[in-house]
Amino acid sequence: MSTPEARTSPARGARLSVLKTYKLYVGGTFPRSESGRVYEVTDAKGQWLANAPRASRKDARDAVVAARKAFGGWSGATAYNRGQILYRVAEMLEGRREQFAAEVAAAEGLSKAKAQARTDAAIDRWVWYAGWSDKVAQVVGGGNPVAGPFFNLSTPEPTGVVAVLAPQNASLLGLVSVLAPVIVTGNTAVVVAAQDAPLPALSLAEVLATSDLPGGVVNVLSGGTAELARPLAAHQDVNAIDLAGADPEPATELERAAADNLKRVLRPAPEGVDWAAEPGLERMTAFLETKTVWHPIGA
Amino acid sequence: MNDQQSGSTTSTLFGYAPAPESRSVVDIAPSYGLFIDGEFREAAGGKVFTTRSPADEEVLSEVAYGQADDVDAAVRAARAAFETWSALPGTERAKYLFRIARIVQERSRELAVLETLDNGKPIRETRDADLPLVAAHFFYYAGWADKLSYAGCGPDPRPLGVAAQVVPWNFPLLMLAWKIAPALAAGNTVVLKPAETTPLSALFFADICRQAGLPKGVVNIVTGDGATGAALVGHPDVHKVAFTGSTAVGKEIARTVAGTDKRLTLELGGKGANIVFEDAPLDQAVEGIVGGIFFNQGQVCCAGSRLLVQESVHDEVLDALKRRLRTLRVGDPLDKNTDVGAINSAEQLARITELAEAGEAEGAERWSPPCELPERGHWFAPTVFTGVGQAHRIAQEEIFGPVLSVLTFRTPEEAVAKANNTPYGLSAGIWTEKGSRILKLANQLRAGVVWANTFNKFDPTSPFGGYKESGYGREGGRHGLEAYLEHA
Amino acid sequence: MPTDAAPRDAGRGSLSDVATSDAALRRFLQGLPGVDAVGLEARAAALGTRSIKTTAKAYALDLAISMIDLTTLEGADTPGKVRSLCTKGAHPDPGDRSAPRVAAICVYPDMAATARQALTELGADGINVASVATAFPSGRASMAVKLADTREAVAAGADEIDMVIDRGAFLAGRYLQVFEEIREVKAACGAAHLKVIFENGELATYDNIRRASWLAMLAGADFIKTSTGKVAVNATPPNTLLMLEAVRDFRAATGQQVGVKPAGGIRTAKDAFKYLVMVNETLGDDWLSPHWFRFGASSLLNDLLMQRQKLATGRYSGPDYVTVD
Repeated sequence: MSTPEARTSPARGARLSVLKTYKLYVGGTFPRSESGRVYEVTDAKGQWLANAPRASRKDARDAVVAARKAFGGWSGATAYNRGQILYRVAEMLEGRREQFAAEVAAAEGLSKAKAQARTDAAIDRWVWYAGWSDKVAQVVGGGNPVAGPFFNLSTPEPTGVVAVLAPQNASLLGLVSVLAPVIVTGNTAVVVAAQDAPLPALSLAEVLATSDLPGGVVNVLSGGTAELARPLAAHQDVNAIDLAGADPEPATELERAAADNLKRVLRPAPEGVDWAAEPGLERMTAFLETKTVWHPIGA
Repeated sequence: MNDQQSGSTTSTLFGYAPAPESRSVVDIAPSYGLFIDGEFREAAGGKVFTTRSPADEEVLSEVAYGQADDVDAAVRAARAAFETWSALPGTERAKYLFRIARIVQERSRELAVLETLDNGKPIRETRDADLPLVAAHFFYYAGWADKLSYAGCGPDPRPLGVAAQVVPWNFPLLMLAWKIAPALAAGNTVVLKPAETTPLSALFFADICRQAGLPKGVVNIVTGDGATGAALVGHPDVHKVAFTGSTAVGKEIARTVAGTDKRLTLELGGKGANIVFEDAPLDQAVEGIVGGIFFNQGQVCCAGSRLLVQESVHDEVLDALKRRLRTLRVGDPLDKNTDVGAINSAEQLARITELAEAGEAEGAERWSPPCELPERGHWFAPTVFTGVGQAHRIAQEEIFGPVLSVLTFRTPEEAVAKANNTPYGLSAGIWTEKGSRILKLANQLRAGVVWANTFNKFDPTSPFGGYKESGYGREGGRHGLEAYLEHA
Repeated sequence: MPTDAAPRDAGRGSLSDVATSDAALRRFLQGLPGVDAVGLEARAAALGTRSIKTTAKAYALDLAISMIDLTTLEGADTPGKVRSLCTKGAHPDPGDRSAPRVAAICVYPDMAATARQALTELGADGINVASVATAFPSGRASMAVKLADTREAVAAGADEIDMVIDRGAFLAGRYLQVFEEIREVKAACGAAHLKVIFENGELATYDNIRRASWLAMLAGADFIKTSTGKVAVNATPPNTLLMLEAVRDFRAATGQQVGVKPAGGIRTAKDAFKYLVMVNETLGDDWLSPHWFRFGASSLLNDLLMQRQKLATGRYSGPDYVTVD
């Protein structure tokens, strides 16, 4: 466990803890940054917690390749199957509840109780989204009564590879709230963790890796949000970008870059988001296409 | 195709050795009480009845016989639990249901063996169909519990109260899941009465509720017979009645609740038509016909019990069908290679026998593949009647057994007219490679479920239910929630 | 609906004129009943759940071994490798002489003579030599080359020829060309049996596989075979089940019985049993012999032998207790 206490030197005679090396999560494996760079991650009081990998644009490129490769299988899986896997993620999160609470407390400078509540909310949020896998089509899709002898049905489909800039101020609850809605419908994701608080995201990757989630469906990068956001926003094989974790000014720049291949863009909320509130459908529908099928009716 | 060739599929070289599923995975107690307010208790009247394995008539257990007092106690427990259960945040109710789903998955082999013992259906079906669907149903409705404002019943829909649920013996645990999962997700509490001949899986489900930590009184199981069920649906403090079973009993229940504020959904009988056109994918159509009528020994309300085959391909389809039926393996339900198991009860066997005899007496031609039936237990060989007319009893009445009535048609219009020409309207099947014809017929068929180039498909996301005398209301899908919610 | 009347009602006589022109052949093949992919795959999967135990298992293991075309089709094949394979085919389990022989040794044409000679020396003349031919695996060569390939293999002692069809011609709709090629290769085979490989993975659709089956049977194939083992998708339970249905229907229509050989990707006894169950429940006793059903395989044999040892001794065997070839 990577609590600040665990990282300090023990009193004489006490056991020295084993520190965890935090790594990126790309294509189902845990590489270091190809650049070899790391950066210091500290708790809210400035105490050193870990050296996190500082991912490069090439890491971002590799992550997109992994996400694209995983898209066919993940989007082609049944909604039931995706729901089961996401629920499994929630089970594994619950099993590491104490660890996440400690990481969130350190990252956000919260009391133990508050950090626990945030963690619990994150797990429940994951469960909430898991349940949407086989329901979202029933709520946003449906038959259309066209004026003619035609069967006409609209169904939502995932848009593809989605780049996600995780919120900077809610290291786990915010992250879960932007990641789960992207993948539950069948998209694959490249997530840039909160720059100063990446450890919960990197630990979440360990949960994802042990939850039957196929490799490449979620790829997690830590490092400079601005440095990683630019190549992702401009990437021609990325279909959409969630700018939740971008500052307003760069967000506009990123949106402009995203226009090159008409990425679907979810803008950051100027007044901030209450991550604890029930989210609604928007974060799912932002990354869905509607497909309408016509077929004649006649004996 | 001559008979000598088509008969060659009854292999003598490669006979499968017995492959029985182990009974040791399930531990059946010698007796069970009623599950009321989180506890098993004896019936107030102290009466019991036995439940037997239909495959060999062995007594499996002794079960409490619930009567009016017991029903009253159960409804009161459910009523008491309703206040807190309905007030729980949806997220919390969801997690209980997810727990149940997971425990069902964990214990699915045990439950499959139990269901096969008590019901007589093949282990292949309980293992590959019933139990996966049970778990999936709880998963699906678990996800709805915290999303009710999206169900199409207004922004803040309310639960109804205590749901009285009466389920049949053909899919005991699956029908329980269809009833209990949406009821709990919506915030209702339930009193469920399993069928007299198949009470065990519901009692095991009570144990699953305990393992899941479900608050006491949220689910209550009262075993008994028709009188028990009547007491339950007639109880004044019940606000919702859900029944799956025969049309006759369904009508009786509709009369019982008349003039009350009880909401009612009914899943009743059927006389499904499986319509095969001359351009059908033939091999798959034959599989669909076989699965349509011999799945669960034909004891399925939506069974494709009438085969409507286009006259131009009648002989060809019948040859292929008979050839395929010769490979059906009838016998020990616990054998993993058994396709057709036992009939659930002596009473049901008598009804099937009586109707089959009526078919012969009315002049239809009866055929069964050669198959040896076990001496003990309730058995009926897969049977096909050809030369059946609309006026025959076996074309009109629900047999609820492994008996297929074959009729012919010449045009799509005639197929639709014949398919619709019954008081029922639950299911229908269409077999043709022509998409636009499928959709046209689907529009014209008066049936709640229409399968095209497939049959007997079920999914928790997909609403199921009948037209006409097959009942009203839908189970499954978003629509299935409506039965347990008040618009608000 | 005139389309499907032809194959279903036709006796041998009326089938003789379906290949008189490209148009007639196309009409006939495209008039075959369609295949619903979901239903076909569901049926194959359901048959795959059969549980084969004890005596049935013992029967199925030996039957499967006896149906193997033990195969090596590599650029690196040498006479030594082929002879070694022949030894293995004749006595699959050195520790248990009761293990049956395989049906055939399947090699490239230039190795056919080596295989023939090795089998003779082993006193295993009952094992056939099968040779691939017609510019296997792609089939991209002139007709003259394909026929020469076939004649050489037969002359070298091949008892069976595994030809590939021209998938390009088939997919382009030139069915008559494919038909004629099969007929000519059949003629070049003389007394050798002809297996016709469709390469199901390249035909891609089940409808195509059904058409290819009828096309090959009409042209005189003794066996129809799923694949070369050289592409991504080889034999699968559903594509083999479809071919089993085709030979069943063909015999019903013409009285002629044709064999089936799935090849590629069948590696375990459990896999093999799924195929035998399909044969059993689709065709029955008449096809449950090496004369009418084969497995194109190499590693399958060792798994069958290990299962056989398990059945005999009650303990699980391991790769050190079977021979590499």
